[in-house]
Amino acid sequence: MSDAFFYIFATLTLASAILVVANRNAVNSAVFMIVSFLGMASLFVLLEAYFLAVIQVLVYAGAVIVLFLFIIMLLDVKGGDRQKFRPVTAIATLAAAALLFTGVGVLYQAPSLAVAPPADPGVGASLKDFGALLFTRYLLPMQVTGFLLLIAMIGVIVLSKRFDASKQGPTA
Amino acid sequence: MSALPLSTLLPVIATISLNHYIAVAGMLFVIGFIGVLLRQNTLVIYMSLELMLNAATLAAVAFSRYNGTMDGNVFVFFIITVAAAEVAVGLAIIVALFRKRHTVQVEELGTLKN
Repeated sequence: MSDAFFYIFATLTLASAILVVANRNAVNSAVFMIVSFLGMASLFVLLEAYFLAVIQVLVYAGAVIVLFLFIIMLLDVKGGDRQKFRPVTAIATLAAAALLFTGVGVLYQAPSLAVAPPADPGVGASLKDFGALLFTRYLLPMQVTGFLLLIAMIGVIVLSKRFDASKQGPTA
Repeated sequence: MSALPLSTLLPVIATISLNHYIAVAGMLFVIGFIGVLLRQNTLVIYMSLELMLNAATLAAVAFSRYNGTMDGNVFVFFIITVAAAEVAVGLAIIVALFRKRHTVQVEELGTLKN
């Protein structure tokens, strides 16, 4: 039963990821990316990481995609690519993808990975443990992350200011 | 309300083993990688980068679940936070670039080439 769910959501995630890459229209790519992120959130639920599934939907399928769509429509990019890449690019891509697929295949057949999960209830399911871990063992990374968000906010404000070519530095 | 283990609702992960999740994560990474290399629209390249980042988070969550520890989950939480900050800064850079050059196609942004 849950095996079927895994295959359904994995197929959904991978198929919409392919459509993200293959679509000529950037808006369609962004919309297929929502589907891909929702499939990923479903896989998180199957892995009993409920909090991360909620975060995935809120942050990725919500905020990030809205930002992407906003920028796509703001820039109003007409048409797609010219789909005219040089042969060396295509060859390099094929070689690298084949290498990566081989690595995945080797990983897939590794006997040490063909294990069943521990039977205890989901480790990611308990929000209390999650919060306790964040504020004890991972307190420093937590604060660094908060500071990183502040830096990102300041950086975006500076980048978004209009630059006047006649003057040195940003003008308001 | 205490957290409800999914195993009480469904016979969870009866035969799905860790390598299934690793295979899905790997394929997702490859798809994103191909997108980064082959597409010419900067915004789509950026979306493909997000796909690759998501593949890494899926692998981390799967390892965390199959090892029975919380650490992978906490790490994915940090990855998602950093990715959100990265998207905001990156899109601001793309907008600044578009203002200056009026294009987002990487083929036309070759100032540093030679």
